[in-house]
Amino acid sequence: MAEQEKTPLVDIRHLKKYFNISTGMFSSKPLKAVDDVSFTIKKGETLGLVGESGCGKTTVGRTILQLYKPTGGEIIYDGKPVRTAKDLAAFRTKATMVFQDPYSSLNPRMTVADIIAEPLDVHNLCKTKEERRERVLQLMDYVGLNSEHASRYAHEFSGGQRQRIGIARSLAVNPEFIVCDEPVSALDVSIQAQVINMFDELQDKLGLTYLFIAHDLLVVRHISDRIAVMYLGKMVELAEARDIYDHPLHPYSKSLISSVPVPDPKVARANQRIVLKGDIPSPLNAPSGCPFRTRCQYATDACAQSMPEFKEVKPGHFVACHRTEEIN
Amino acid sequence: MSLLEVRDLHTSFFTDAGEVPAVNGVSFTLERGKVLGIVGESGSGKSVTAYSIMQILADTGKIVGGSIKLDGQELVGAGEKVMRTVRGNKISIIFQDPMTSLNPTYTVGHQLIEAIRLHTNRDQKQAYERAVEMLRLVNVNDPEKRMKQYPHEHSGGMRQRVMIAMALACEPDILIADEPTTALDVTIQAQILELMQSLQKELGMAIIMITHDLGVVAQLCDEIIVMYAGGICEQGTADEIFYNPRHEYTKGLMRSIPSVDNDGEKLQPITGTPIDLLNLPAGCPFAPRCDSAMKICIREKCASVRINDDHAAACWVNVKDGFNEAYDPDGTDNGEEV
Repeated sequence: MAEQEKTPLVDIRHLKKYFNISTGMFSSKPLKAVDDVSFTIKKGETLGLVGESGCGKTTVGRTILQLYKPTGGEIIYDGKPVRTAKDLAAFRTKATMVFQDPYSSLNPRMTVADIIAEPLDVHNLCKTKEERRERVLQLMDYVGLNSEHASRYAHEFSGGQRQRIGIARSLAVNPEFIVCDEPVSALDVSIQAQVINMFDELQDKLGLTYLFIAHDLLVVRHISDRIAVMYLGKMVELAEARDIYDHPLHPYSKSLISSVPVPDPKVARANQRIVLKGDIPSPLNAPSGCPFRTRCQYATDACAQSMPEFKEVKPGHFVACHRTEEIN
Repeated sequence: MSLLEVRDLHTSFFTDAGEVPAVNGVSFTLERGKVLGIVGESGSGKSVTAYSIMQILADTGKIVGGSIKLDGQELVGAGEKVMRTVRGNKISIIFQDPMTSLNPTYTVGHQLIEAIRLHTNRDQKQAYERAVEMLRLVNVNDPEKRMKQYPHEHSGGMRQRVMIAMALACEPDILIADEPTTALDVTIQAQILELMQSLQKELGMAIIMITHDLGVVAQLCDEIIVMYAGGICEQGTADEIFYNPRHEYTKGLMRSIPSVDNDGEKLQPITGTPIDLLNLPAGCPFAPRCDSAMKICIREKCASVRINDDHAAACWVNVKDGFNEAYDPDGTDNGEEV
């Protein structure tokens, strides 16, 4: 795509988010949920963000929208840094979020129309009631909901339809960029495909840019142009979706991709899985140096000494591993 | 004789809104040492089928018809006394959520020993040794230390290992695994699936694997049952179900999952939403969402027909295509092992 050569729409530089966890009555310790993560997303692109629970992928999404105040780093949107409260208010009319759980992210006491219109009310985007109503119906049409659903309450809908309501709400302010935090993981397989296709169609129709956070690698691979892999708050690999899926370079990505159960018995039986030993360490006691070294079969002493640099090893393919050349 | 024979099982829940037929005429046979996968979406009746076999249904649930035979012994109506000798000893179950299936107020060791002493006549010391041995079997490092710890000190994968150790402590003939890896991360899921596979080979037990993940069944199962709205759409060997699906619902499921084959293409989702079990239609329950539905599909439910020795499906499209031999789950004489 030619437009991908332009300046990035979203430019995240050295993003950090530490949470203070109390370890006693007067002591606390920083939990480095996101530690020095940098990436860019071009206009119209979908960047998939994968990793296991606790790796910080959701925190990245929330910190970008400043639902959490970043501990460090900079968020540059469309060439302008988001720093002051005024910047943030403007940023939030261009960047929105779709949440994972369609059951808890919708207010049970509001009608569908009011849920979808809430961002319009907050940002004062509609002058008249008539305008508001029309906009709500248009949004409902975008996501495949009938107009008679407008006066109903969220509990009257199935999981898939609730997720449609959540998506309509995120589209209300006419955003350019949407952070999708595990938007299909709570849905059944047959419904999941409907929602994935809708994300695709909306992107084509409205020219949206997505940060698509998920743990299901097959879904992420399907929807993303590029994929970033996170482990314990650090980004370990970033590349074109097909490139990373077919030729992962980081030992963690290799294992993660080989662990995905392939829905094809012959392939699954022949598949050589790289099964990792042990569990993900607690982010409170992250290992020194490379965070993955405790589970890595290639780890050497050097890996304990320093965190490997996140560098471009071939065009568009970034890896943070000391031994990339030796093990590939 | 087959290890487990389920025939025309009907289980309903009696709620304020009316009778909910969660399982509608399920029949299958499980042979010794085989891995059977039951796939379906939420509400398809896959878990209720398993809970019916164990008879651990909620108070409102009841088996209203059919037969479940374990080693020739009828379990439906056998009474709680008989079921107590079956549960844990002959059939064990592990649940989806390892976080809530262990008691947070007792140590892991206490709970393991309790389970072992309940089902065998080992004394405290022997039970302790058995518990340590089982933890070692499921690859828990330093089992003596782990025995003294509480569930919250264990990670999700570790807790699921403890659950597996507990389920296998009495060497059951059948292990029912109800979405055992759904709550776990993929790398931990790979560890648990590999563990289950190697234990199954080592101990020679049969496994009923309940899951919504077609990838998991492809990796683990010899035979597969696909369920929709409480009934079986299709059953057969893994290769038959994946490479020769004969029910429109199974075909739809295969098309709707992202894979290497439909790379860059649009997914083809199944339209509509799953059916309400309170208002089951007279015809095929999948007909309202089916693109190939014919008039007969709306009018009449299709019985399971035999496709070949390893495969049966309940879809009128097959009848139209000339498959009209009724499927006989007892038909062991023609080599059928579905």
